[in-house]
Amino acid sequence: MFETLILILDSTVRLSTPLLLACLAGLYSERSGVVDIGLEGKMLGAAFGAGAVAYVTANAWLGLLAGIGVSVALGLLHGFASISNRGNQIVSGVAINFLAAGLTALLGQTWFRQGGRTPALPEGGRFRDIVWPYAEQLRDVPVIGPLYSELLSGHNILVYAGFIAVPLTWWVLFRTRFGLRLRAVGENPAAVDTAGISVAWLRYRAVIACGILCGFAGAYLSIAQGAGFGVNMTAGKGFIALAALIFAKWRPASAMFACLLFGFLDAVAIRMQGQEVPGIGEIPVQFFQALPYILTVILLAGFIGKAVPPKAAGIPYLKERS
Amino acid sequence: MNETPAIELRGINKSFGPVHANKDIDLVVKKGSIHGIIGENGAGKSTLMSILYGFYHADDGDILVNGKKVTIADSKAAIGMGIGMVHQHFMLVDNFSVLENIVLGAEDSAMLAGGLDRARIELKRLEEEYELRVDPDALIQDLPVGLQQRVEILKALYRSAEVLILDEPTGVLTPPEADHLFKILEVLKNEGKTILLITHKLREIMAATDSVSVMRRGEMVATRETRNTSMEELAELMVGRSVLLRVDKKPAVAAEPVMQVENLSVTDQRGVQVVKDVSFSVRAGEIVGIAGVSGNGQSELLETLAGIRRATGGTLRINGETIDLGTSTLDAADMRAKSMGHVPEDRHRMGLINSFAEYENSILGYHRDPAYSSGLLMNIAAIKENAVAEIEKYDIRPPNPMLKTASFSGGNQQKIVLAREIERDPDVLLVGQPTRGVDIGAIEFIHSRLVELRDAGKGILLVSVELDEIRALADRILVMFDGRIVGERGANADEGELGLLMAGVEDQAKMSVEGSAR
Ligand SMILES: Nc1ncnc2c1ncn2[C@@H]1O[C@H](COP(=O)(O)OP(=O)(O)OP(=O)(O)O)[C@@H](O)[C@H]1O
Ligand SMILES: [Mg+2]
Repeated sequence: MFETLILILDSTVRLSTPLLLACLAGLYSERSGVVDIGLEGKMLGAAFGAGAVAYVTANAWLGLLAGIGVSVALGLLHGFASISNRGNQIVSGVAINFLAAGLTALLGQTWFRQGGRTPALPEGGRFRDIVWPYAEQLRDVPVIGPLYSELLSGHNILVYAGFIAVPLTWWVLFRTRFGLRLRAVGENPAAVDTAGISVAWLRYRAVIACGILCGFAGAYLSIAQGAGFGVNMTAGKGFIALAALIFAKWRPASAMFACLLFGFLDAVAIRMQGQEVPGIGEIPVQFFQALPYILTVILLAGFIGKAVPPKAAGIPYLKERS
Repeated sequence: MNETPAIELRGINKSFGPVHANKDIDLVVKKGSIHGIIGENGAGKSTLMSILYGFYHADDGDILVNGKKVTIADSKAAIGMGIGMVHQHFMLVDNFSVLENIVLGAEDSAMLAGGLDRARIELKRLEEEYELRVDPDALIQDLPVGLQQRVEILKALYRSAEVLILDEPTGVLTPPEADHLFKILEVLKNEGKTILLITHKLREIMAATDSVSVMRRGEMVATRETRNTSMEELAELMVGRSVLLRVDKKPAVAAEPVMQVENLSVTDQRGVQVVKDVSFSVRAGEIVGIAGVSGNGQSELLETLAGIRRATGGTLRINGETIDLGTSTLDAADMRAKSMGHVPEDRHRMGLINSFAEYENSILGYHRDPAYSSGLLMNIAAIKENAVAEIEKYDIRPPNPMLKTASFSGGNQQKIVLAREIERDPDVLLVGQPTRGVDIGAIEFIHSRLVELRDAGKGILLVSVELDEIRALADRILVMFDGRIVGERGANADEGELGLLMAGVEDQAKMSVEGSAR
């Protein structure tokens, strides 16, 4: 039983990581007032970029860098449409999702001729799990052993990066000048403007931060968790991350718990596949897949308290109307 | 005296699309003086000041600060030159603390901690020096507007502003708060700081300023030494014709009550009882004014009668029909259908949908009227025709029904709401703060419309925090304090006495004889 629990928790961590990275990415963007429905597309673009470059160079780090590059580029596109040109942020985000879905499949097929997939990664092209010191020796110690050697040890570096990003994001948001301004611009851009700070530049920086984290999330899928890019491999994770962001009321620590919860549901779903639950029978996988959305809707219906988005989120900043 | 002026503007022009908001403006502001700027709604005052503060860019013209020509690219540059501004609509982050709002943009370093600590100490000093007390850790959203304004002033002082621009600072203040503000301005002036003060209240101009400039339709039409001018002259300069500074009305010929409220009690969303067992009546052909310092239940009273808020108990008799307010489910549309018009206190939040065109706003709440809608489709032609007629009759500027109401100045927005409600010819009109932020020309107009409506035999319930307005308009004055009606006075009630009642000092004269004898 304990074994099973550890196994489920272990895969919870693995499954939560891309959600967490994408969720924190969205947090930067939305806290600055730029709604980002394009997390999915950026992640997908990054996964492809990372997969392709890691395959060609056999270097996971270069792959990660490429993933970040693609994601930031898509982020800047979103910024250009919604910050500089004051376009509708939802439309721009949706466009980026379509763009990424189409372009990755097309380029994948053109370059690698494997139906849009990138070929399996060579040695060195993938982030390997890091085994912590003494993990092997401690394995048999009751309770502590499995916790240490299964749950804490034995993940790839991007997993650790994701979880370190949580306190880091909190610190940036609440302890630095950039964070103060970021939160302010998402609430009342005019206040930021009259305080002598450029609204556009601030939002661009937020969008870039979002792009970087989405790059990590995408690279995680294709060159850490997976061993290559597969067509539409994000499979809605960007949207789940968005749901988690709302669930977490745009707060870093809560974001982590929301992503862990959603990851946990996913892990349980995988575990439950084909298994009979006494008295109920087989629970369809779809039920678990839908749970994050159902939970978010329940939250939005006001059962767990109100999720108030940053006040200026989604509204282009425009001081002169004419 | 040939001192270099603190601020000099030369030939400033600014257009927003087709609207020429500032035309060739010249302005000289002496160092260490309080300089007033007045002008009708939409005259371009806020625009001019925002240009000086770097929020907008002038299309052309020169700005001189301390005699030197400067370019003010953004607010940062303005702040750097020692210019600070308290905007008409506050520029604060609602869910930030006072301290965070003050340091925003002036944080010292990339880490917050040091800047916040320094700000806390500096704030303490400023608080003591200017008696601008406010809890640094309070959230802005929990502060009343008067204190929010303090935060804005502190923000400017924290950035060591030498020139302080205040855009209609007293619009949101109670009279004692306004007095306090003027004392602070006096102190700042004596320290050699320069103050630019925009206000619609000529009394404040006369009392507080050294000189005053008048704007009209985007132009600077005159500058006067305050001691060499008068309210009458300023009013005339502003509007371009002579203005009556008081309301011209005959005594009321009140008939039967059209609206009777009995034992009304209201509890707000926090569960606090805000209206406590209030009873009164309004007769056909009279204006009943409700005076009181804001936040004493007047707003809730008005909203409940308008059908926006639910009461915990009480009855309303209107036109002979009795409604149990404790159980009624009548909403704002139902109340309007009972011939009760409502001009809400906050035109932005409740009176208008600012992203809608003027003509759309001109029938809000009456959009189901068969004249404007067939149930499925709106009769756009009829709506527009009606809007054009109202624009003409109420002199709404610019006279363009297609324009979003967001693009109208405050006074004109108010006229749009008033026109909509008055032109439906209601038997009872509920009016909240009809002239907040509205210029004197428009005030004169709005007041005369209300008196006309009264003389046509309608009942009007007027809620206003402006005692002058209540005294000028009302035939009977009810004073509200802490959710109760604590006194009733006649039209020519003594200002001091009303002030005491508003402050909650017990009504010694009992219910005054003249009031209850009617
Ligand atoms: N950001 C803007 N975009 C477009 N038009 C604007 C903008 N700001 C002001 N205007 C227009 O410019 C004109 C001048 O407006 P301004 O706010 O300067 O007037 P004001 O004198 O401050 O009036 P009020 O007394 O109502 O505050 C108005 O016609 C207004 O509609
Ligand atoms: Mg103004």
